[in-house]
Amino acid sequence: MTLKIVKPGLATSIQDLGRPGYFHLGIPMGGAMDRLALRAANLLVGNDEGAACLEAAFLGPEVEFTAPATIAITGATMPVKIDGAEHPGWTAIAVKAGQVLSFGYLKAGARIYIAVSGGIATPPALGSRSTYPIGALGGVEGRAVQAGDELPVGAADGAQAGRSIAPDLRRAVSRPAELRVLPGLYVHRITDEARARFFGEEWKVAPEADRMGVRFRGGSQMDFVPRTPPFGAGSDPSNIVDGCYSYGSIQVPSGTEPIVLHRDAVSGGGYFTIGAVISADMDLIGQLQPHTPVHFVPVTMATALAARAERRAVLNRIREALG
Amino acid sequence: MTEIPSPLPGTFYQKPAPDQPPFKATGDAVAADDTIGLVEVMKTFIEVKAEVTGSFAGYIAEDAAPVQAGDPLAKVK
Repeated sequence: MTLKIVKPGLATSIQDLGRPGYFHLGIPMGGAMDRLALRAANLLVGNDEGAACLEAAFLGPEVEFTAPATIAITGATMPVKIDGAEHPGWTAIAVKAGQVLSFGYLKAGARIYIAVSGGIATPPALGSRSTYPIGALGGVEGRAVQAGDELPVGAADGAQAGRSIAPDLRRAVSRPAELRVLPGLYVHRITDEARARFFGEEWKVAPEADRMGVRFRGGSQMDFVPRTPPFGAGSDPSNIVDGCYSYGSIQVPSGTEPIVLHRDAVSGGGYFTIGAVISADMDLIGQLQPHTPVHFVPVTMATALAARAERRAVLNRIREALG
Repeated sequence: MTEIPSPLPGTFYQKPAPDQPPFKATGDAVAADDTIGLVEVMKTFIEVKAEVTGSFAGYIAEDAAPVQAGDPLAKVK
């Protein structure tokens, strides 16, 4: 069985839960930007939670199935069509050999996940099938899918069609969206007033946001606390002596536009980081459309951990409902 | 009158480059394969095809305007 890519959409790539363990060598974790949506899609079709799926941003691909399968589409709200007939998202759907999956216009969110029973079976690289184009790792020859690609799919009976995930277990993007932030290592580099403005003002997602990072515009230029640059930091006040970046960390080059580092981000560099978006809100970033208004909300470590537990509880409810 | 929708969210441009005229002017003939504008997202400029034929009746979305998927960009008679 293969998935034939008729139309690729925009930067549609094979993703699983990524390849943690190589960040210290500069190889990012990669994997789905909305991890809960990928897990949910896999559970719906009877796969292991971390099986490889297609991740498509903003524009759905067109895909033909060469054999019967069970599929599920989760994540963003985008009309799902099989041979032109509309089907619900977040639901297991039976497809026949020769049928074609396509999509209508994106209605909400940003990224869809397409799971197929058996999982996409391209060769893993460093323990993951996730596509990391800059490093030419994973996916199809390390790149996004193209028209004409035939993606191998593992053998599976496929779960029963019709099962779905209750709407209250799907996370909607509020407007403005709220991203909770744990202030971090270098927040002392900006003035108290600049910090108050960062958390008080409305920012907007810039259109160049991608899998490496999501940039924001619309807030004020940040004022830095004067200093004598330490050896090796360079003269820009936003520079530091090179340090590690975490998943979710927010760097602000020259104090102008914050960038939240996401799954395919670099592992270190010389910009100060104001803090990190908490892990519970990273999936949400994967669902932000360009120009979405966003507020950054400072939280404590206790709140961040409680939010992580809350997200885990949602995942457990999905597991139980489909178990 | 047919409206040409944006296939995806991003920033809409009526022109191929800032110093060039818009892709179409009112009254121009439109073929299905003609580009009527660009949508910028993820560091990529995606050409928006008319996908209808007729006579160009004007832009609806302003140049450099934020658009959502399905928003009308231009009109064709």
